[in-house]
Amino acid sequence: MLSVSDLHVSYGAISALAGISFEIAQGAIVTLIGGNGAGKTTALRTISGLLRARRGRIAFLGEDITALPAHKIVARGLCHVPEGRMIFSNLTVDENLAMGAYLLHDRALIAQNRDYVFGVFPRLKERLKQMAGTLSGGEQQMLAIGRALMGNPRFLMLDEPSLGIAPRLIGTIFEKIVEINRDRGITILLVEQNANLALEISRYAYVLETGRVALQGESAQLRTEPLLKATYLGG
Amino acid sequence: MPRPHLALLIALLTAFAISQFSDHFNPYYLDVLAGIGINVILAVSLNLVNGYTGQFSLGHAGFMSVGAYLSAAVTLFFAPRLFGSDGGTAVQQGVLFLAALLVGGLCAAVAGLVVGVPSLRLKGDYLALVTLGFGEIIRVTFQNVEKLGGALGLNAIPPYTTLFWVLAFAAVTIFIITCLVNSTYGRGFIATHDDEIAAEAVGLNTTRYKIVAFVVGAFFAGIAGGLYAHFKTTITPGGFDFTKSIEIVVMVILGGMGNTLGVILAAVLLTLLPEVLRPVAEYRMILYSFLLIVLMIARPQGLFAFKLPKARST
Ligand SMILES: Nc1ncnc2c1ncn2[C@@H]1O[C@H](COP(=O)(O)OP(=O)(O)OP(=O)(O)O)[C@@H](O)[C@H]1O
Ligand SMILES: [Mg+2]
Repeated sequence: MLSVSDLHVSYGAISALAGISFEIAQGAIVTLIGGNGAGKTTALRTISGLLRARRGRIAFLGEDITALPAHKIVARGLCHVPEGRMIFSNLTVDENLAMGAYLLHDRALIAQNRDYVFGVFPRLKERLKQMAGTLSGGEQQMLAIGRALMGNPRFLMLDEPSLGIAPRLIGTIFEKIVEINRDRGITILLVEQNANLALEISRYAYVLETGRVALQGESAQLRTEPLLKATYLGG
Repeated sequence: MPRPHLALLIALLTAFAISQFSDHFNPYYLDVLAGIGINVILAVSLNLVNGYTGQFSLGHAGFMSVGAYLSAAVTLFFAPRLFGSDGGTAVQQGVLFLAALLVGGLCAAVAGLVVGVPSLRLKGDYLALVTLGFGEIIRVTFQNVEKLGGALGLNAIPPYTTLFWVLAFAAVTIFIITCLVNSTYGRGFIATHDDEIAAEAVGLNTTRYKIVAFVVGAFFAGIAGGLYAHFKTTITPGGFDFTKSIEIVVMVILGGMGNTLGVILAAVLLTLLPEVLRPVAEYRMILYSFLLIVLMIARPQGLFAFKLPKARST
């Protein structure tokens, strides 16, 4: 579904990604793990067209999207849920969801997506008229994911959905991710620092270290990898 | 009839009713009232750019001057040729005036596009500097075009602006901007302001939103300029310098960025304030600045921190 090859990205003179390559198969949950500053967010932003690659190629559904602007990439069904719950705080929950369907024009489809989002996150339905900026952290994350689902994505990239969320909510969010993948067949690329959980729900994983892929493999196998255990899984 | 449309209709009828009595008004009050209407148009349109879309533009007076000069050029050129020495009927004048205002507004919009496309990639302070520079360039340009009067400006512009025109255009501006930001499309201005990355991530073309805001804002500034020119009947380049731009920005900030009702009230208040302070003559501007500072400190979120009741069409 997505194929990234030899991607180089830098911020001015600072190199953030030094040639990473990975593949994501249709229907899978794949995770990208790595410590602070490894380049995970940079990778997602480059894929979704928010940043430009210095070198390398990104192909989505077999077509080159490396040079496309962000809104054209979203239109192809690749949706990015940015890090740090970037919701529109001066719009209501309802309006945030409507913005998620910005590129859709089929009213029936939009209504259907809304129902689906309310099914996954009933909490959002109770808070429709509330300003999104006043939601709790967990609710904002639900809204960010719900908003992405409104656009009918085929491929969803989630950047640290567990960041700054109450531990008891993290489990719920991860369950919902699995549910979305299973019920809607949406392929998912999950960026996480919470490696344990990420490896639990994913099929395949890539470990990023200072801009390079340090390790990759089936998630089930990586969980027993001694090197990884020491660094990311808390011994 | 949807509520905003009804409100517009009522506002237009009221404007018409008021203008029937304008002959009996003290000319001084007429002057102040027209000033208020023009400033409301300027502030409400700048609010789309600086308030809703979150771009800091300091060039509104520049766009206003484009509208003022070009609409005045149209009426100065066509009025004598079309109407001869008798000045034409009221209807003829009205049609010519409307056309001149539209020409002024459209030219200002084109200027907005020319400035906006390259500069809206810049952020915050840089955008403010570029728009400030643009306003000054326009002013110096008008100063040096002999056909447009040079430093002396244009005079003997036909006095077409009546109270009706000012109030009607103020109502139309408020109506259009309110409907725009309350539409599904228009929510994108606020989304662009709230979080550009998230807005791009759901598929908004944020650059285009910024440009649209800038062009629409410039259009109405141009209309305001045309109304101003045909009210004062004399315009000079100096009347549109950056202090005018700052005056409008202050109205937007004081009204509470992105709060149309607040911005309207601030425009009214800040137009009246210097008039009220007239008796203290030479201390007037000092006191005015002082009051501004006090207001900003006391109400940093804007004087009027309440929202316009949402009236949406979709
Ligand atoms: N806007 C920027 N300007 C300059 N350098 C940046 C910028 N954004 C990120 N970097 C640098 O690029 C590198 C990769 O950052 P990135 O945000 O992709 O890391 P990350 O893996 O997402 O980290 P985290 O888990 O902390 O979110 C870091 O060294 C960071 O300092
Ligand atoms: Mg990150």
